[in-house]
Amino acid sequence: MVGAGHAGLAASHFLRERAIDHLVIERGEVANSWRRERWDSFRLLTPNWQTRLPGHAYEGPDPDGYMTAKEVTRFIEGFAALSRAPVRTGTEVTSVRAAGDGYRVTTSHGEIRCRAVVIAGGACNRPVVPPFSEAVPPSVRQLTAFDYREPGQLPDGGVLVVGASATGVQLAAELRRSGRPVVLSVGEHVRLPRTYRGRDVLWWMDASGVWDQRHDEVEDLARARRLPSPQLAGTPERATLDLNALTAMGVELVGRWAAVRDGWALFSGGLRNVFSLADLKMERLLDTFDAWARTHGVDPGPAERLPPTRVPERARLRLDLRGGEIRTIVWATGFRPDHDWLHVPVLDDKGRLRHDGGIVDHPGLYALGLPFLRRRRSTFINGIEADAREVIAHLAGHLAARAR
Amino acid sequence: MTTVANGVNVQALLEAREVLKGAPEAARFVWRATSTWRGGVHSTTTVKEFYGLGQERSHKSEAVFDADHPEVFAAEDQGITPIEYLLVGLASCLTAGVASVAQNRGIQLRSVEATLEGTHDIRGILGADPDVRNGFDDITVTFHIDADASQQDIEALVAQSQKRSAVFDALTNPTNVTVQVA
Repeated sequence: MVGAGHAGLAASHFLRERAIDHLVIERGEVANSWRRERWDSFRLLTPNWQTRLPGHAYEGPDPDGYMTAKEVTRFIEGFAALSRAPVRTGTEVTSVRAAGDGYRVTTSHGEIRCRAVVIAGGACNRPVVPPFSEAVPPSVRQLTAFDYREPGQLPDGGVLVVGASATGVQLAAELRRSGRPVVLSVGEHVRLPRTYRGRDVLWWMDASGVWDQRHDEVEDLARARRLPSPQLAGTPERATLDLNALTAMGVELVGRWAAVRDGWALFSGGLRNVFSLADLKMERLLDTFDAWARTHGVDPGPAERLPPTRVPERARLRLDLRGGEIRTIVWATGFRPDHDWLHVPVLDDKGRLRHDGGIVDHPGLYALGLPFLRRRRSTFINGIEADAREVIAHLAGHLAARAR
Repeated sequence: MTTVANGVNVQALLEAREVLKGAPEAARFVWRATSTWRGGVHSTTTVKEFYGLGQERSHKSEAVFDADHPEVFAAEDQGITPIEYLLVGLASCLTAGVASVAQNRGIQLRSVEATLEGTHDIRGILGADPDVRNGFDDITVTFHIDADASQQDIEALVAQSQKRSAVFDALTNPTNVTVQVA
């Protein structure tokens, strides 16, 4: 296993059940990304009762709350201790190569030979920033969601937050609350209310079976896997943090950032359509929930609908980056896994892992903990149990076939 | 889906999508136009040849477009204004998108009409006010669609057609334009 986060540890749990010898290699400590690579106010999008790992669930007083990064770290540590996973911390994997009928794994503490490798390093190892960021004038400070900790770290003055996924809307709200003028650049996004008909929207995803949709059932899996995280925040108030909420806070919305020309940021004029797309998709999803509630005799509360996303009177199409209005750019333009150490030809032309539900396109190589790996639920911590059980079953079958 | 007849061969488009995923070179098209000045602000532009799927190609026949300016511009109005051609492009692109998406989603269309309005402050092109841009301030497209579908499904058709429209993208996002003298 490469990585001792929820995915690597869940895999370890099922390997132990099958009495298969294994090691979990971790560059830092258990739950490393949660310790070091999240901003201070970070909270999970899933409510506590949904944050569960095989044989390990939240047992605190606030099942409807959302864990902070510290609490997630403790939760995963608890799971590691409970499952007595053989973790080697402080050990960085520098290379994985095919060797014989298995793999040669080179680490910062020597070499390991093994019959199978599970890539479980997480989906968010590296921030993705568009190439035109290099054309941003040097007077503007740039940081990614990886570097961002809290508003005080930024100079006073305006902030341009780029990207309207969960990360982008959360950081835009926090920076606006710190008193800074905030402009948010919005491309295609996923709009969700925090609660719907009295329940957490993720309760609906779970109960209605939307999260159980499998990777081999969706029409365009590549697109489903690319989907940005929904506009949600796990705050104690359980407040919806959609674009209307941000507009009400005084955040200025502009279109997708398309280019930098002569020190000006140029934004798309297609803002209305990304609003329409997100509003329509949300409506369809809520219709699905209503239909499910009707057929299952569930009546949690009256149907409710959110007003359409408010279109700004006149969204700006360009912004002078040298004018001093914007002092900082925060890139919330997504993350990608780090596969630099993987020297097995299993990446596609975009650098993405070629895999079928976690079974990588090379015998004995597996992946866990990626968005929509086997089902929609895979993107969230509670999706790992079924994924890891199934992927490890395949791995066990592979080893058995080899042993024959 | 087979009962829907909007006249779009969606199957061919879907197959092309799969093939071109692995063949980026073949996916590169070059569209061309040639124009000749006719006098005054009148010009004629012809379109016939283009390049695509790895070779030179040609439309079945040459198309000729006259562009001029209306009489209020002190011109002879022998054709539509160049900026109006942008509306022609946008309308036809979005309409093609609506038909294709409808076909793909199994929605039978009965009629699709679009009305386009581009607001334009001509002080920009006249050089009367440096703060006014030359192009459109705003473009509004209004679709009237009669189809076997709910209002929501029709709105989704129109949204998806914008998402996949070449001209919508070309108008809403910046494009590098090189104009040179040979």
